[in-house]
Amino acid sequence: MIVGVLAFQGDFSEHIAVLHSMHVPAIEVRSLSDLSKVGALIIPGGESTVIAKFLEETEVGKEIIKRIQRGSTDPQPLFVYGTCAGAIVLSKKVTGKNAPRSLGIIDITIDRNAYGTQLESFETEIRVKGISGKIPVSFIRAPKITRVGKDVEILAEHGGIPVLVRQGRVLVGTFHPEVRADARVHQLFLEMTRV
Amino acid sequence: MFRIVNSTGADLARMLKGGVIMDVVTAKQAKIAEAAGACAVMALERVPSDIRAQGGVARMSDPSLIEEIQKAVSIPVMAKIRIGHTAEARILEVLKVDFIDESEVLTPADPFHHVEKKQFKIPFVCGATNLGEALRRIAEGACMIRTKGEAGTGNVVEAVRHLKLINGEIVALKSMKTAQLKAYAHEERVPLDLVESVRKAQRLPVVTFVAGGIATPADAALLMELGAEGVFVGSGIFKSKDPKRMANAIVQATTHYKDPVKVTEVSRGLGGAMAGLEVAGLQVRMQERGL
Repeated sequence: MIVGVLAFQGDFSEHIAVLHSMHVPAIEVRSLSDLSKVGALIIPGGESTVIAKFLEETEVGKEIIKRIQRGSTDPQPLFVYGTCAGAIVLSKKVTGKNAPRSLGIIDITIDRNAYGTQLESFETEIRVKGISGKIPVSFIRAPKITRVGKDVEILAEHGGIPVLVRQGRVLVGTFHPEVRADARVHQLFLEMTRV
Repeated sequence: MFRIVNSTGADLARMLKGGVIMDVVTAKQAKIAEAAGACAVMALERVPSDIRAQGGVARMSDPSLIEEIQKAVSIPVMAKIRIGHTAEARILEVLKVDFIDESEVLTPADPFHHVEKKQFKIPFVCGATNLGEALRRIAEGACMIRTKGEAGTGNVVEAVRHLKLINGEIVALKSMKTAQLKAYAHEERVPLDLVESVRKAQRLPVVTFVAGGIATPADAALLMELGAEGVFVGSGIFKSKDPKRMANAIVQATTHYKDPVKVTEVSRGLGGAMAGLEVAGLQVRMQERGL
């Protein structure tokens, strides 16, 4: 299976570097034709307003929704992992100033830039269900997950707030493991696709 | 081993990659930029081409203007300070801007030194015309580098020159022996471990954008093709005939730079880019400030 990384804007090359370190074939996705080649898609960190705009204009967003809705009946069932801005564009509801239109494929509410400006960005280590040890991550102008639906599983929390959650084929994290080149969350995502 | 002190600052720069950062002088322009797909806006008093035309001392913007822009948009807000003006940087810290541009576009304040950037939590971006200059700024604590280009000219040649020089000099490090590497670090007044880490990684340890003279979607595509990780556009947008369309077109060309059909499509009927200037005829070469 080829993993795609949405490459409209953001830190897509960091995600590709992590996938390469795991010897996983990865491509940049900028169009419907790119998307048709992949069975898993990572939506990177970046600016959610920019990524949402391109998702709409290229119709890649519509196709992601379609393939997730089809689930295992899709000829090539799609799995999606969103980090930070990626988490925002996948959420059912986005709150905060000038919120972008999201794809709504995971039943959570997310508050954009909830920690504040860059002065409130921070690094920490988090524990994730099913992963041993702590993972070094950074939260950059990060959003906060303020509500999780009943079918959403919380895989990690920080300060009592869910920071990594999963519903079916969709995994969403508000932090960046890719900027510290840690592959364990990516490993967890790829394991999801194998079950 | 060299390490970036402000790691979250370097991370924010990573999140801006593949994007366009637009100069804006009002909240209204900031909203246009955000709607067109800018990944950040740069708040300043006058765009570079006006600074060039009007002359006088160019300084940090009025804090109220920066606050209005922060209120208007949800994307990161950057603002410029004069080279070496630590007090202006402190003001921007109070205002909680997301990134500070210590910029040669404004009139330099300190003829000897740049701001000691490591003492700030807010990340800094600085201009460079070659590798040595980029490394000096990184050693001072810059979390992001941009080419200087020649701002306010609408002429892309200097941005191309600076990006090619930086990239070429990084490649040249590979063939240097240890003694030559030491001599290079000494000559450029930069730490040896920084030079060694760049030689090994074959890239700067921070994100590298281009700036200075970018005026069309094709200019943005050219520089992305040459390895830029994103684009700053100064006068190029709000001095064009149709800023909304130009802003969107440059955003599209930056993302889809590998697709000439897309770049062609967005280049149609833009109604004219900003008027350009020949670099040889300039009275002030901003790129020569703060080396």
